[in-house]
Amino acid sequence: MSSKFLQIFGFAVAIIAIQIFTQITDSAFHLTQLTMTAYYSLLVIGLCMLIGYAGQISLGHAGFFAIGGYISAFLTTHNLTAMKGKPFIALCSKFGLLVGRKDLYGGDLLVFHPWAACIIAVCTVLIVAYVIGGPVLKLKGHYLAMATLGFGIIIYRIVLGTSGLGAADGISGVPGFTLLPGVTISGSGSGKILNYYVAWGILITGMTLLLNLISSRVGRALSAIHGAEDAAEAMGIPTANYKLKVFVLSAGFAAVAGILLTHYNGSIGPSEASVMKSVRYVAIVAIGGMTSIWGAVSMSLILNYFSLRGSFGTYDDAVFGVILILIMLFAPDGLIRAQVLVDLKSFFKRITSKEAAL
Amino acid sequence: MTTLLSVVNLSKRFGGLQAVNEVSFTVTAGSIKALIGPNGAGKTTLFNLISGVISPDSGVINFSDHQVQGLRPHQVASKGMARTFQHIRLFPKMSVLENIMIGRHIHSRAGFVAGMLSIPHTWSEEKKIREKAHEIMAFLDLESLADVEATSLSYGQQRNVELGRALACEPKLLLLDEPAAGLNMSETTELGALISRIRDTGITVLIVEHDMGLVMDISDEILVLSYGKKIADDVPLAVQSNSEVINVYLGEDDA
Repeated sequence: MSSKFLQIFGFAVAIIAIQIFTQITDSAFHLTQLTMTAYYSLLVIGLCMLIGYAGQISLGHAGFFAIGGYISAFLTTHNLTAMKGKPFIALCSKFGLLVGRKDLYGGDLLVFHPWAACIIAVCTVLIVAYVIGGPVLKLKGHYLAMATLGFGIIIYRIVLGTSGLGAADGISGVPGFTLLPGVTISGSGSGKILNYYVAWGILITGMTLLLNLISSRVGRALSAIHGAEDAAEAMGIPTANYKLKVFVLSAGFAAVAGILLTHYNGSIGPSEASVMKSVRYVAIVAIGGMTSIWGAVSMSLILNYFSLRGSFGTYDDAVFGVILILIMLFAPDGLIRAQVLVDLKSFFKRITSKEAAL
Repeated sequence: MTTLLSVVNLSKRFGGLQAVNEVSFTVTAGSIKALIGPNGAGKTTLFNLISGVISPDSGVINFSDHQVQGLRPHQVASKGMARTFQHIRLFPKMSVLENIMIGRHIHSRAGFVAGMLSIPHTWSEEKKIREKAHEIMAFLDLESLADVEATSLSYGQQRNVELGRALACEPKLLLLDEPAAGLNMSETTELGALISRIRDTGITVLIVEHDMGLVMDISDEILVLSYGKKIADDVPLAVQSNSEVINVYLGEDDA
């Protein structure tokens, strides 16, 4: 228990140290990518919970991310001024769900408040995940992978093909999201440091929730389902229900990540829903060691950061594909674990002894 | 003597095979009942029907005043029925302690939200789960193995862990599917003593077993199946001298 909080505390210190380092070295522009990394990591830890702990794969999590982001973007940018008279819009306005603001050219905009949009987006994703998860989670292994992959592709084609969602351009001009008075998630220059801390603060909160869950009765039950589903069922664990709940939970993490990143970037495009994004998230969970929230977060931090900095150039997607293949072949338990050093040692020993034998 | 489990006219067909055919029997609370029969007699099918892994085509299963036929296994388990498996099914990558703690699932409540928020109620519940698991490990002499990965243990020890996991459910009825398979003679004798001790704590036991020595030793009653049909249901001595049972096991006299 205490070691868990010590780890989280240490992680928070590292986050602060990184910010101070960028301050000293006058490289605060890195904070933009680091902030985006935090939001992607939020999705990754939710997926880690699903894949690593409950043993259920999803190749459609970019879909949930995109649904959250797109709904929030649409509701906070779609001008309702012309529909003011409609009873539903009037009702929304009465409950304070709408806000008026000026667009770039001084015209009046009437849109949903980001909080209202956020709640609608999260609820929609949870409902979609529940409806999809029910039938899909009856499948196992690669059948489940294919079904979730299909879901991801459908979402991608929908956002790409819907002109109301900006088709290939996506939605831009998404306003900042004022979480609390004075705390606004947006990419505009002034709040860069604040946004960095908000993003990582939200991630650390999410991690704390999941780490608590893992060490609870439910976490144990999920590991049991992963290990031997029939035995878990025989011990009174409602396996179908638990799998569905953890699927919905991880979709919720993806939705929140999508919403917050969309407000931070001020835009969202169809590439966020692409299958390669889903593969990337799975690759990060795999290289982090599957059953390790810490492994997933540290790998997400490193890989997403370099990817966002453009270090992989045009090979971006290929890099993640290659990583996934290499990990599955040579280190199926991931890289972030003590055993890796031992494995490497024995690997080199084998090579050197072979050479000696020659 | 109260009846804990009563099975009435239970049938199950797999394609052309009538695996269980109109079987009826009762298990008295606080007794040990054995289920025997040649290979393919339908013993495991009957076990799976009772524990909810498969649904019967017809018939009624009454378990402590609930009709449980057609319920999912976890629903049956929550009514107070725990089982072990013919091929040991422990949870890999989990310690002996954690495996046994899983057995406390039906006696604890914390859900997803309580687990994520780690509210004080869940701490005290977790403490109780741990205490009970240690109690079970003490009963089975597994204390020294608490933190060892369960699937790394020897076969006999794994059997005991699986038994401990079932006992942690504090079941009314314990279903044991061939618990002596793969054990040597002295281990089998120990197992027999252990099953009797479990019965003495008030748990009713229904056991599928091939080891006749063990079955005759510990059972209060024996149910004999052949080709899915019940051919005998009596005390051990009577079953031993039952001509039909002898025929099934040793073949007809004039054969």
